[in-house]
Amino acid sequence: MYDFAYHKPSSLADAAKILAADPDARAISGGMTLLPALKLRLNKPTAVVDLSGISELRGVKRDGNTIVIGALTKHYEVATSADIKAAIPALAWMASTIGDTQVRNRGTMGGSVANNDPSADYPAALLALGATIQTSKRKISADDFFQGMFATALEAGEIVTAIHIPVPEKAGYAKMKNPASRYSMAGVFVAKGPAGVRVGVNGAGANGAFRASEMEKALGANWSPDAVAGVKMDAGMMNGDIHGSAEYRAHLVSVMAKRAVANAG
Amino acid sequence: MNVVAPFEGIGASVRRKEDLRFLSGRGHYTDDINRPGQAHAYILRSPHAHAAINAIETAAAQAMPGVVAIFTGADLAAIGGLPCGWQIHNKDGSPMAEPKHPVLAEGKVRHVGDPVAVVIAETRQQARDAAEAIAVDYTPLPAVATMQAALAPGAAQMHEAAPGNLCYDWHIGDKAVLDAAFAKAHKVVTFETTNNRLVPNAMEPRAAVGDFDPQSGDYTLYTTSQNPHVIRLLMGAFVLNIPESKLRVVAPDVGGGFGSKIYHYAEEAIVTWAAGRVKRPVKWTADRTESFMSDAHGRDHVSKAELAVDKDGKILGLKVHTYANMGAYLSTFAPCVPTYLYATLLAGVYTTPVIYAEVKAVFTNTVPVDAYRGAGRPEATYLLERLMDVAAAEIGMDRVEFRRKNFIPVDAFPYQTPVALQYDSGNYFATLDAALEAADWKGFEARRAAAKAKGKLRGIGISTYLEACGIAPSAVVGSLGARAGLYEVGTIRVHPTGSVTVLTGTHSHGQGHETTLAQLVADRLGVPIANVDIVHGDTAKVPFGMGTYGSRSLAVGGSAMFKAMDKIIAKGKRIAAHLMEASVEDVEFDRGTFRVAGTDKTKTLTDISLAAYVPHNYPIEEIEPGLEETAFYDPKNFTYPGGCHIAEVEIDTETGKVSMVNFTAVDDVGRVINPMIVEGQVQGGVAQGIGQALLESAVYDADGQLISGSMMDYTMPRADDLAPVSVATHTTLCTHNPLGVKGCGEVGAIGSPPAVINAVVDALKEYGVKHIEMPATPAKIWNIINGGRKAA
Repeated sequence: MYDFAYHKPSSLADAAKILAADPDARAISGGMTLLPALKLRLNKPTAVVDLSGISELRGVKRDGNTIVIGALTKHYEVATSADIKAAIPALAWMASTIGDTQVRNRGTMGGSVANNDPSADYPAALLALGATIQTSKRKISADDFFQGMFATALEAGEIVTAIHIPVPEKAGYAKMKNPASRYSMAGVFVAKGPAGVRVGVNGAGANGAFRASEMEKALGANWSPDAVAGVKMDAGMMNGDIHGSAEYRAHLVSVMAKRAVANAG
Repeated sequence: MNVVAPFEGIGASVRRKEDLRFLSGRGHYTDDINRPGQAHAYILRSPHAHAAINAIETAAAQAMPGVVAIFTGADLAAIGGLPCGWQIHNKDGSPMAEPKHPVLAEGKVRHVGDPVAVVIAETRQQARDAAEAIAVDYTPLPAVATMQAALAPGAAQMHEAAPGNLCYDWHIGDKAVLDAAFAKAHKVVTFETTNNRLVPNAMEPRAAVGDFDPQSGDYTLYTTSQNPHVIRLLMGAFVLNIPESKLRVVAPDVGGGFGSKIYHYAEEAIVTWAAGRVKRPVKWTADRTESFMSDAHGRDHVSKAELAVDKDGKILGLKVHTYANMGAYLSTFAPCVPTYLYATLLAGVYTTPVIYAEVKAVFTNTVPVDAYRGAGRPEATYLLERLMDVAAAEIGMDRVEFRRKNFIPVDAFPYQTPVALQYDSGNYFATLDAALEAADWKGFEARRAAAKAKGKLRGIGISTYLEACGIAPSAVVGSLGARAGLYEVGTIRVHPTGSVTVLTGTHSHGQGHETTLAQLVADRLGVPIANVDIVHGDTAKVPFGMGTYGSRSLAVGGSAMFKAMDKIIAKGKRIAAHLMEASVEDVEFDRGTFRVAGTDKTKTLTDISLAAYVPHNYPIEEIEPGLEETAFYDPKNFTYPGGCHIAEVEIDTETGKVSMVNFTAVDDVGRVINPMIVEGQVQGGVAQGIGQALLESAVYDADGQLISGSMMDYTMPRADDLAPVSVATHTTLCTHNPLGVKGCGEVGAIGSPPAVINAVVDALKEYGVKHIEMPATPAKIWNIINGGRKAA
């Protein structure tokens, strides 16, 4: 990696100040994406701002009918939190399928959400659950937050602090992993909750995570695996590579949607 | 109290002596070696598959912090290119095209990753920073990324010395006899396939540390090698012109090789040469990205096979045409892999009376290809064992019965094949029957039906294979083009108090030699393995050796040790005879005890070794003091392990994903020294075979960029991709080496890929599928299923 300055602020305000002052500084949380990029010299930040010392970004709590997850919460903590397992077991299970043991004990939900990797798991879940992303400046709905591949509504110096998720009536997730990277090749998160019946898709889309509106309609009318199994996705919206064509991914989305509904019970 | 020591000899599943060190992070690898005053090398590599180098501007880089020196091809032009250890001849008798393989690129780069310059700096980071400041003026040239592109009329030419990008056009067998056999055929079955290119991906990346002593003029190279003496010979004699006496090569603990660490690589010559130039030790360690673009790849064949059968299902002849990818340059043993390690295996376990094979080896703008676990034999076995299934289906015969009908009979050994090899022993019926039983072949249809009820397609596949290893009789390989002998060397040093040090020319990089070879000594000399130390991997300690590959360590290296132990015992008997005042002829030896036959007069090995080193009462007029013997062993033949592998798979029809549900291996590896280690070797080989069949593929785009250049896109097998691998052995002894061993390192990777693909094709037969190319990925299978549904 190239040389960079390293900051470890202990308050959100300090972190935001450093990031706002230097557009080439990068925030680091678990580092599961940034560190490999640094090691491969694919990224050359002037400074790395380590958020791990900011205690206000930690913790999971239930606040009435909302689960609030601090941005620094690790995947392992999401997977094992009693509150999350009781309220949104599908989200806890999703977290347990991310990467491997090492990744789950380093990577954080806030980091993954802020990065919005098209093959990451969480964005589909937050879209489907109608979550709200709290930042150092404001609250943004998931629909507005995720803006395509690696693109979010975050402004320069703006830091994800927590994710607010309304507790759904039911929710389910299923994914097909990329055989090599084990990232999602096509993942579907379905939820029926205060925000209605919603379907989030990761891995497959040519422009990152998205909501599958046809599937939402079908499920809204008839919450059953068969209702979504018949909904064909448009291959033109999908990504294709050496692991599978756009047509294959479009097909997988239907299969995973069916399985996600079955998993939701 | 008389404690009975546990049996540690031949046949005992002794725990591996080396594992405490490996499993507790105490291994000592090349990258762990740091010499005083050491500088670090970074290799600047070509980003182009094919380009002319117009100029290399290094001045800016030279001025960067910490830079010690920068060298380019111009600095190394005077030294030799990397040598090729095997010369193949064309059909017309002329030698193969053998273009120079420069250590650093000279005027041209020929694959992505081709070394262009080396920066030596105080730290690795500084060397890399400076390398980025080197300006190379390239003119990109059209690249030939596939063999088809390389052989096309008007294709870009890679080497002046290889017109048409052809390395050789070779053949074996009698075409006229074959044509006559085909003329009488009831049916000729044709099968075409590609054997996918693989990236070896040893856990430890390659590394090298060069050291130079200005006082003595001695060079030392520490390197991740499977054969340090071979590296000393190749690099010293052909590249750097350093006599053996001035060059020491050390291969310490090595974290996996699978063939990829046999070869002499540019980086070894670079750090050794540079150490002499900068008068400091120079270290280089590859990162994983470099490994993908600089370790020799494996396989990469395109083949067409035709099998002639009579009306009873008896094979009349086999004709094979293969294109073999050599990559951009000839790696050390590349030319022999698709010829003498491939076409000679095409008889397999069958009585095929005539075989004709032609092989064209082709240069392409890709990483050089060389031997990878199995080397040629997996390619031959895959072609043949898939062909057997395809043929059985076409002639309407049961695939097991078709195989059985064509097996070489048990009483036909030694069996001369039509493609040069003479098999010494084997019983293919026994391994087949044992595997069918262990895999519950008969009960499969019930399991298929049960899977069907769950919406899954279940398939079972079989492979009855054979391989030739224990490489190799020197005179034979010499006549076939090898530029080296392939004997092995062993020294048995019995110390004064009876402990033993073994010096072996083989090299352990995961195989467990420190245990298995010690067991040979325990079995023969009665010394506990705790008191037997195995020394390998250092040309300053071990007299000589050809290293470890081709499942040769036990069959050739172990046999050399056996011969050295013969000499120890013979000398020991003379000393014992003197001490017990008996005649030598009357002294018997069994596991550490010398006895005068028919008496209770005995001496232990320790009594004898003590006398040998403290020769107060000693036949000093007749024999020398000391108890140390060295033997060179040159095998009389290859060894021929074989057996039967059965794979059982289940396919998720919605996603196309194949799950391995069961794998059964029954192998004849000759005498088994350590059953636990054999089981592990077979399981590891099967894991790599499953990897080739279902997961792994090195993919280049048309411009010669390696698309699957990292673990993000190259699918290495993980534990959950595998099935429980049940391993059993059925032994027929090798008849020509003193241990009766055949070798077990490669059988798993050789026998398993066709078994897996045969199972996948079996599972998909209701879709009319006759073949699926490796790797059988979910996307590929879904395409087939989807196409089948559309057609239906």
